Amino acid sequence: MAACLASAGGARAQSEILNVSYDPTRELYREINAAFSEEWKAKSGETITVRAAHGGSGAQARTVIDGIPADVVTLGIPSDIDAIANLSKKIPADWRTKLPNEGLPYTSTVVFLVRKGNPKGVKDWNDLAKPDVKVITPNPKTSAGGRWNFLAAWGYAYERDGRDKEKANAFVGSLYKNVPVLDTGARGSTVTFAQRGLGDVLPTWENEAFLVLEEFGKDKFDIVVPPTSIYAEPPVALVEANVDKKGTRKQAEAYLQFLYSDKAQAIFAKHHYRPIKREAAKPEDLAQLPEIKLFKIEDLQGSWDDIQKANFDNGGLFDQLSKAGR
Amino acid sequence: MVETLKPRRRFRQRSVIPGFGITFGYTLTCLGLIVLLPLAALVVKASGLGLSGIWEVATDPRVASALRVSFGVSLLAALTASVFGGIVAWVLTRYDFPGRKLADAVVDLPFALPTAVAGIALASLYAPNGLVGAQLARIGIEAAYTPVGIFIAMVFIGLPFAVRTVQPLIAEIDKEVEEASAILGASRITTLTRVVLPPLIPAVLTGFALAFARGVGEYGSIIFIAGNLPYVSEIAPLLIVIKLSEFDYAGASAIAVIMLAISFVTLLAINLIQAWSRRRFGYV
Amino acid sequence: MSEALTQGPLSPPTEAVRLPASVVTERRVVRWLLIAVALAFLGLFLVLPLLTVFAQALAKGWGAYFTAFAEPDAQAAIRLTLLVAAIAVPFNLVFGVAASWAIAKFEFRGKNLLVTLIDLPFSVSPVVSGLIYVLVFGSRGLFGPFLVEHDIQIIFAVPGIVLATIFVTFPFVARQLIPLMQEQGTAEEEAALTLGASGWHAFRTVTLPNIRWGLLYSVLLCNARAMGEFGAVSVVSGHIRGLTNTLPLHVEILYNEYNFVAAFAVASLLAGLALVTLAVKSVLEWRYADDLAAGARRH
Repeated sequence: MAACLASAGGARAQSEILNVSYDPTRELYREINAAFSEEWKAKSGETITVRAAHGGSGAQARTVIDGIPADVVTLGIPSDIDAIANLSKKIPADWRTKLPNEGLPYTSTVVFLVRKGNPKGVKDWNDLAKPDVKVITPNPKTSAGGRWNFLAAWGYAYERDGRDKEKANAFVGSLYKNVPVLDTGARGSTVTFAQRGLGDVLPTWENEAFLVLEEFGKDKFDIVVPPTSIYAEPPVALVEANVDKKGTRKQAEAYLQFLYSDKAQAIFAKHHYRPIKREAAKPEDLAQLPEIKLFKIEDLQGSWDDIQKANFDNGGLFDQLSKAGR
Repeated sequence: MVETLKPRRRFRQRSVIPGFGITFGYTLTCLGLIVLLPLAALVVKASGLGLSGIWEVATDPRVASALRVSFGVSLLAALTASVFGGIVAWVLTRYDFPGRKLADAVVDLPFALPTAVAGIALASLYAPNGLVGAQLARIGIEAAYTPVGIFIAMVFIGLPFAVRTVQPLIAEIDKEVEEASAILGASRITTLTRVVLPPLIPAVLTGFALAFARGVGEYGSIIFIAGNLPYVSEIAPLLIVIKLSEFDYAGASAIAVIMLAISFVTLLAINLIQAWSRRRFGYV
Repeated sequence: MSEALTQGPLSPPTEAVRLPASVVTERRVVRWLLIAVALAFLGLFLVLPLLTVFAQALAKGWGAYFTAFAEPDAQAAIRLTLLVAAIAVPFNLVFGVAASWAIAKFEFRGKNLLVTLIDLPFSVSPVVSGLIYVLVFGSRGLFGPFLVEHDIQIIFAVPGIVLATIFVTFPFVARQLIPLMQEQGTAEEEAALTLGASGWHAFRTVTLPNIRWGLLYSVLLCNARAMGEFGAVSVVSGHIRGLTNTLPLHVEILYNEYNFVAAFAVASLLAGLALVTLAVKSVLEWRYADDLAAGARRH
């Protein structure tokens, strides 16, 4: 190991790091990576290539566990990084403490994308459970976005019905009865909804909803902002075991720090993510992000271990609901 | 090898042709390293659950339903491919019409076309706003994102097997047997069902089994066009991928082993059909 | 072959009896009906999807079409796909020839089992084909600790993609050659050897000419499959852009980036490859039908 470190860590004018990320961040990291390469070149004189791999958040975590040489992970939900820490020890269990704001350089939330003119009159989460509404959402087992949608719906009903777990479970059950297609990733769902024309409403990452408007045209879809939604936390972490082996710790750490820089924060806002340093972003980008009352799922359900186990693990709430709903 | 231990019977018959040792050894080495070792790793992983554990996975409602979808739809698709494949094979060998050679060449398309390409093409064709999908929607059939979509993809990949196994046999049918049958007073229908069809049955079964085996395992073309809905349109290979994303390696391996066992039985059945047909009809 | 039979001594004197056409073939209307059914079926299930690929690829004109290939990621995917096929296909070629030589030219026990095992990858789900290599070479797999210690990357790198590709195309050449070689028997080789030829010489001058078209045909199909494999490669690739994405994976990525024209453009490249494969194959069949017959039957 020491030999590897020495050989790989030697002074090179060129290096490469790999960012394993989740599905909807493709456009975001294309810009971030270019900006970082430029800054790193100016700072250290070294040419750096940041490679990116995208896919469903769970599937991506799996590749890290199985040995993809990722230097950093930027995933859709904290439990996926916990899984890497638990199953492979490549990331320390206390990864949340290593970076500012619990490893969250930006946050996001879930909004609704509907067809132009909102023909079904969708305004809030309860409209998604109405019998004549078809909802397109990804599989919460494989997709981080799918899990945020699930938890957002649950949290909404929990607060609405006086913090009654059973009622919240039942609400989520009736919502998922309205789902005709469960894609494996957020992107698959968007394609199903936007390109293939299925469904009336697509609850999705805020950034993804804006992207659809840009890609498919504002004349085809509207964004509906529900009064309350979830505080979605897509965290980042250093894959310590890999960077030590590859000798890329310096570059990878700099990359993660860069995500908290003013420049990166402005790029997040530009791509409709919610930067943690609002002052670094352009006002017109911020103006696009609507005011929503956001709740934190940890406040309702406890630790991420509990949240994952209760809802998405084998035999969890989602399994029970899909068994009951068939 | 068990065989070499028996002293009386030789493992291999004498031959003047050289190269048995090296080619046989090379074959076994490749087979062992590329195919058998990784498959053994799979069985080992799954056996960590024990037989009862594998049974538990297999009977888990979601897994059972995915297996049912994969095997059930594949059975239907293989049946459809066999019936229409039989007609296609018959038409291509027996009749002459303009464009016959072109049609013949097209049959192999699913062999050569990557499954992912087939998947996105079928999805855009059969989606509600697609060329065919819109027509189907008008008569109330939802094709894409339902089990019908899975069926379409499976027919697509299974068709060449159904055609290509039967076609050479139709070409080899001795026309004079048909003539003899006609001279003896049989109607055309009788000749077809009593004289022509029976020798084709093993080939039809082989084609059916191949299409079936291929359909059960198919992934690339299906995920684009199936709705991937648990209990409705979720196929077994997708469930393996999902289990992997949940870090449930043993569960994924268990489903894989179940599918593998069924594939192996299917293959064995094909070889038995061929052996039987060799005895019964003198050809495969 | 049927020609040989009809000229055989047992043929009845057919000239004596004049049969109306309707008893040896179907009535005209039935014939055309069947042709229509067959063509409609082929059109709907095979031709239409193929046309869709090209239609969608050119939906925004040739400019947009060619832009798809200017992308560095697309070019990296093309290079990787060629590299993988350049390793996997020759490997399976050598394996297929060796295996069919051992199986077709010699009699030994357990042959049927061996043939079935060679066939096995063919009926294994592509996803399972990828999974098994993860279980062997993944960090937590069979050889995981060893590989990690020695810093060897198999899965999520080129070797893993090559291995998975070899696995899914494993039976292609052998499957085609075994029946061909069996049909041709051993007499010719034996004669050559008796006349003093070396084994290698006999193979090159006697066996190879007999099987060359079958060989070419199987290599073509093997190549098409190797370049087009999706499921197995998807499990072991890791989807690193510009590094471990093959063409089919690149198609999926573009498709998921709402870049449908580019997705279908890259797909059309693979579809074009499929068409070339079919064209060469058809020409071979029309010209050398007899040489291929034995193989096609067992395909």
